[in-house]
Amino acid sequence: MVSASGLLPVMVLLPFIGALVPGLMIRAGRNACATFTAIPTLLALILLGVMAPDVMNGGTVTARIDWLPGLGLNANFMLDGLGLLFAGMILGVGLLIILYARFYLSGDDPMGQFYTYLLLFQGAMLGISVSDNILLLLVFWELTSLSSFLLIGYWKHLPEGRQGARMALTVTGAGGLAMIAGMLILGNIAGSYDLSVILQHGDEIRASEYYLPALILILLGAFTKSAQFPFHFWLPHAMAAPTPVSAYLHSATMVKAGVFLMARMWPVLAGTEAWFYIVSTVGLITMVLGALIALFKDDLKALLAFSTVSHLGLLTMLLGFGTPMAATVAVFHIINHLTFKATLFMCAGIVDHETHTRDIKRLGGLASLMPITALIAVVAALSMAGIPPLNGFMSKEMMLEEVAHTHWWGGTWPIIIVATVGAMLSVAYCFRFIGHTFFGPVRDDYPHHPHDPPAGMLAAPAFLAVMVVAIGLFPSLIAGPIVDVASAAVTGDTAEHVHLKLWHGVTPALIMSIVATLGGAFLLWLHRPLDRVWLSTPRPEAKAIFERLVAVVERASLRFTEITHNGAISRYLAIFTVATIVLGFAAYSGGGMAPPTRGLLPVPPLVAVGFVLLMVATAAIVTMHRNRFRALMLTSVIGLMVSAGFVYLSAPDLALTQITVDTVTVLLMLVALHFLPKDTPSESPTILKVRDGAIAVAAGAAVALLAYSFLLRDVSTISDYHLANSYKGGGGTNVVNVILVDFRGYDTYGEIIVLGIAGLTLYALMEALLNGPASRTLRNWTFPPDRSQDRHPVMMVVATRVMMPIAVLVGVYIFLRGHNLPGGGFVAGLVMSIALLMQYMASGFGWTQERKRFEYHSMIGWGVVVAGLTGAGAWLAGAPFLTSAFGYFTIPPFEEFELATAMLFDLGVFLTVLGAVMLMLYSLSRLARYAGETVNLEPMDYDPSRRFEAAAEVNDKKDGH
Amino acid sequence: MELVVATSIGGLTAAGIYLILRLRAFPVILGVTLLSYATNVFVFASGRLAVGLPPVLTDDATAYTDPLPQALVLTAIVISFGMTAVLVLIALGAFLENGNDRVNVEDERAGEGDA
Repeated sequence: MVSASGLLPVMVLLPFIGALVPGLMIRAGRNACATFTAIPTLLALILLGVMAPDVMNGGTVTARIDWLPGLGLNANFMLDGLGLLFAGMILGVGLLIILYARFYLSGDDPMGQFYTYLLLFQGAMLGISVSDNILLLLVFWELTSLSSFLLIGYWKHLPEGRQGARMALTVTGAGGLAMIAGMLILGNIAGSYDLSVILQHGDEIRASEYYLPALILILLGAFTKSAQFPFHFWLPHAMAAPTPVSAYLHSATMVKAGVFLMARMWPVLAGTEAWFYIVSTVGLITMVLGALIALFKDDLKALLAFSTVSHLGLLTMLLGFGTPMAATVAVFHIINHLTFKATLFMCAGIVDHETHTRDIKRLGGLASLMPITALIAVVAALSMAGIPPLNGFMSKEMMLEEVAHTHWWGGTWPIIIVATVGAMLSVAYCFRFIGHTFFGPVRDDYPHHPHDPPAGMLAAPAFLAVMVVAIGLFPSLIAGPIVDVASAAVTGDTAEHVHLKLWHGVTPALIMSIVATLGGAFLLWLHRPLDRVWLSTPRPEAKAIFERLVAVVERASLRFTEITHNGAISRYLAIFTVATIVLGFAAYSGGGMAPPTRGLLPVPPLVAVGFVLLMVATAAIVTMHRNRFRALMLTSVIGLMVSAGFVYLSAPDLALTQITVDTVTVLLMLVALHFLPKDTPSESPTILKVRDGAIAVAAGAAVALLAYSFLLRDVSTISDYHLANSYKGGGGTNVVNVILVDFRGYDTYGEIIVLGIAGLTLYALMEALLNGPASRTLRNWTFPPDRSQDRHPVMMVVATRVMMPIAVLVGVYIFLRGHNLPGGGFVAGLVMSIALLMQYMASGFGWTQERKRFEYHSMIGWGVVVAGLTGAGAWLAGAPFLTSAFGYFTIPPFEEFELATAMLFDLGVFLTVLGAVMLMLYSLSRLARYAGETVNLEPMDYDPSRRFEAAAEVNDKKDGH
Repeated sequence: MELVVATSIGGLTAAGIYLILRLRAFPVILGVTLLSYATNVFVFASGRLAVGLPPVLTDDATAYTDPLPQALVLTAIVISFGMTAVLVLIALGAFLENGNDRVNVEDERAGEGDA
């Protein structure tokens, strides 16, 4: 029974949307902040509740949203029993943690940040639990790594917090990378990335030759996340986080994600020998090792951290057994572990909060000082130890029962012994947690005198402790239904219904349990001597090993970077060029070439002359590039010849653009050259010149050959479409312009934005330059003594004044005809800017600036806005962005004329080009004024009407001598 | 004609690459300019060469030149101007702040003494 519901994606999105709020709400106070974090969580929980009845009746709720179907990445969600269990845990415990954190965190902590991170993490976890697409699941998986990094490192001022966060991110992130590879293999075997499809292909996947690599890679992801041996070391270091984070991440969520994944993939991956031996062995080792270390930890949270490692090992081992019954037990234990472990973490937090220490050796006797806390903690810890009638007892009994039936490394005895030892150690550390913290004599040297915390802080752990007892007393009533549907989802409906009950009679499990409990009590009795032995035995310190490993990797990558990235840009370019030539040659020698299909066009004498000029100018630049001014002039020769070539080869639009761009480029370079050295010193040794020459010649020859070979062969092009539709669809006969403003209008839109950004960048860079160390250099600038005394010759002033209206007219004409004849916004913008530049040059900066009516910045902005609005206007007509419309109108006495929205778009192009070009040159010219160049407000330096006065002045001076 | 165009592209590329391998900013900028010419002509030529064919739709034309590479090159010309302008300003800033316009960091380290 599958039902579709749009509520599912809404539920996943709620925490992400909610995450935006607390950061903004923090000014309203901590209570408002906590409330606004609780609201999305509560809403999501209500939505889950709405969907739950379907799932509890054995159905599945799905939602499908196509995202990138071409990649198989769809936002598909599925809520089945397992998903429901996890989503409920994530949201339910989330609510309790929000409440607890409100009272736990002090007023100095940035609480808005905390709740934002918490909601981000919650959303990511929720996404994992209901993803029906493994690629989507991977996205959420990585999001949990990132958001948990933020949570663990929340106390940024503590070095342990930062180190712990980094370690957690490194380990779980690396595992996540491995898992991506594993998931991709899995998807390829199954032929789909949809989980529901993959789950149908279990036999096929297990039979595939890629099963083992996929299994190992996916398990790497799950083991790192769930802190399985040998990756268990990150979890205790993550305890540097605030206690609410530890309680959330390490009881209900983050570390359970690995277990969730193994459960999710169980129908597909489990049941093979490889799965059994890898998963159950790793789980068993982790369980015993975690319990052993936990026994000797003095920090309450460290003890709980290793106990979590141990319990995760237990869950992993159960899933590793591969039997439906074991999987069911695992599901039940997930619930139980959540209830008692979250309680214990919160109690540890309360103890820390009240006494200001978490060191067991400095605690004891707290039961009489904080009785309520003690009661809650004792109930939870006894459940963790597996003492009846609490819920932990039942799942532990069932676990031992499964162990007793399992053949592992040649029989049932090895695993029975190892598992019993693990349980014994577990009982020992649970008793130690209670005994050494809450019982014993009351001390008088607590760092802070403890008493029970406010009710708000106790509410969450108390609620969970009640659950511990309730599940223990009425298991089939409270936990039974959800265990049934969740285990059915894990095992693919092969699990038989389990009747959860406390008393199973005298079974092997009961005997193992009794042995473990007595042994655990005995171990605690021996704790003092055992602790001395433990402290004196050398143990590998995981953190030191990890840090040494990181340091080695860091050094290696630093060395690699230093060798390859040494700041010699010339060398990078040389290597890049040579590599490109070699690759090109490899491609050329790899494939054959079709015979030529085109003949050569004739070369008329005029073209030959232009060609010779071009080649001579090119050669001249290379040989005399040291004289910069001359080299610049030579590039304009080349530009002119290229433009002429465009004219000859039927590309008038290009010729117009090239020649106008060259004009402004040369102007720009001239301004720059004014402030740069006029000569390039000769500093390359001959050998370097020869080497560079050889590279350059090889590259040039290769490009020439490539061009020559494709010029002789025909090509099938999409241009026929453009030619056929230009007039019909775009309303213009100049196909080049129609392509720019219509067919590929999106590109053009992007390009004018880039050009506008370049203009603004130039302006900003200049601003920074003039306020930086360069300003002193410029202030002390000395101009050469031989510069012209007549900067604005009268003839030029007059000529440009006369030309100005004509040039503007030409610009407007070129703009207007652009749609149907060569021209358009680009060229018109350039022509217009040249007209303005002429005024700047001839009549001077000050005079021109005073008469300027528009800011160039806003011109760029308006251009982009006009073009964008024109494009968006198409939406009003129900057409896609930038679809152009056109019509023909007649207003007597004019002839019929065309109006097209494309022209409005072209106006945007025109404005942006004009604004950007002018802003660039304006910015550069600021240098000169900054360096002390005077600005004239008069159009001419030399006023002919004052000729006589000036002459008289000169005569006076002569007379004076 | 094809040979002429191909040789021009080759010549401009060779000169451009030689110049961008120089050690000072100004020749590098000139080299980039030459490479832009070469690239633009190269892309333009990928539409194959046509002499005397109209680029504008008329009723009596039988064949047209390829408009698509022309449109691409047109924007490329304008963008390369913007890029050159930014490069020039960066070179200028580096010169004004450091007193030289070397492009390589290692040279700068070596040349600190004589700057």
